[in-house]
Amino acid sequence: MANYNAIKYDGFSKGSLTLIKTLTASSDDTLEFVDGTSSVVLDSTYKEYMFIFNNLHVSADNADFVWQANAAGGSGYNETITSTYFRSHFLEGGSDEFLIYNTTNDQAQGTGFNPLLKELGYDNDQSGSGYLHLFNPSGTTFAKHFISKCHAHGAVDSAVTNFTAGYLNTTSAIDEVQFIMSSGDIDAGTIQLFGVA
Amino acid sequence: MATYQDSRYNIALPSGSGGAIVPIKTLTASSSDDLSFVNGSSDVVLDNTYRTYIFKFINIHPSTKSAFTVNFRDGSSAYDATKTTTFFTCHHGEDDSPTTLQYAAGSDMAQGTGFQNINYEIDTDNDSNVSGEMYLFSPSSTTYVKHFMIESSATSDDGGDQITRAFAAGICNVTAAIDAVQFKMSSGTIDAGTIKLYGIA
Repeated sequence: MANYNAIKYDGFSKGSLTLIKTLTASSDDTLEFVDGTSSVVLDSTYKEYMFIFNNLHVSADNADFVWQANAAGGSGYNETITSTYFRSHFLEGGSDEFLIYNTTNDQAQGTGFNPLLKELGYDNDQSGSGYLHLFNPSGTTFAKHFISKCHAHGAVDSAVTNFTAGYLNTTSAIDEVQFIMSSGDIDAGTIQLFGVA
Repeated sequence: MATYQDSRYNIALPSGSGGAIVPIKTLTASSSDDLSFVNGSSDVVLDNTYRTYIFKFINIHPSTKSAFTVNFRDGSSAYDATKTTTFFTCHHGEDDSPTTLQYAAGSDMAQGTGFQNINYEIDTDNDSNVSGEMYLFSPSSTTYVKHFMIESSATSDDGGDQITRAFAAGICNVTAAIDAVQFKMSSGTIDAGTIKLYGIA
């Protein structure tokens, strides 16, 4: 028997993605999602969370948009990360088209901020958009996997698709996530947090 | 009080939240020259109602061996927004060859206005098709360029039947709002298939 969902939506289940929180940047040094603060849910309510980035604009040319996490009860955004990074790239001028793994942007048990968007341009019309999936952050058995794909309008007038993935190598629950720029601030743009039911 | 959503999914949703993926429009091809989503036409919403839009294309089948493509309208009546894009693919043949991952320079664009390839050519075997999705971010912005990212999987024929997974992404390098998106084959018609448009609230 067809259920309401099948009849009405014929595709996604309407409850499958739930908006939890929208943060809008305005020359912010950081944007943070902390479970239990400002209506943010980042716990066992959902097995998967999705952050969507729209038109992030940097104050400093060539800055990277990066992120880190903090374990419940911990201090500092400095979880251990092992990650991969590759990108496809093409200049508006028609050169430098390539697909490359970039070893300077991955981490091997590092505790630094992990890149999502590299080398953003700061012209008035330049920005970056994309998404980050974070799986089961509240688990206390497994490492925490993440997958991201983001597209940047690069500082050298390029189209750059950034692919990052990895895991927070901790069995502690993750309940805080922070986003920053590698230099300058997050001049504008939105980050939305969704729970995936 | 339990809500419909609670009972349907057997989960307690946080207070004040709701379903965030909103179906907007489904188009079904039938030997169609193109499938177009035009804001304000036929119940299509493609404006600042949503920040992020997702197009799902399912079982797109061509009438002639050709590539499934997309373009964007930025103010005029034509689908010709200026784009800079990247494109790469991985392949695996049904006979175990090729097995490749490669940047495809012939399918990207540098400030081009033509239709962007979503995948390589799909042959016309009855079971051949392409399926995938495209994210389009903030199409109504009049400040920034418009980012889009496409992933698809096709049953293609490039010297032998194979899967081709393609990754296309780029910008419409315009600050004018994008108010319509058109899909079509590089030649012939879209013989069959479905494209769904969703808004993410």
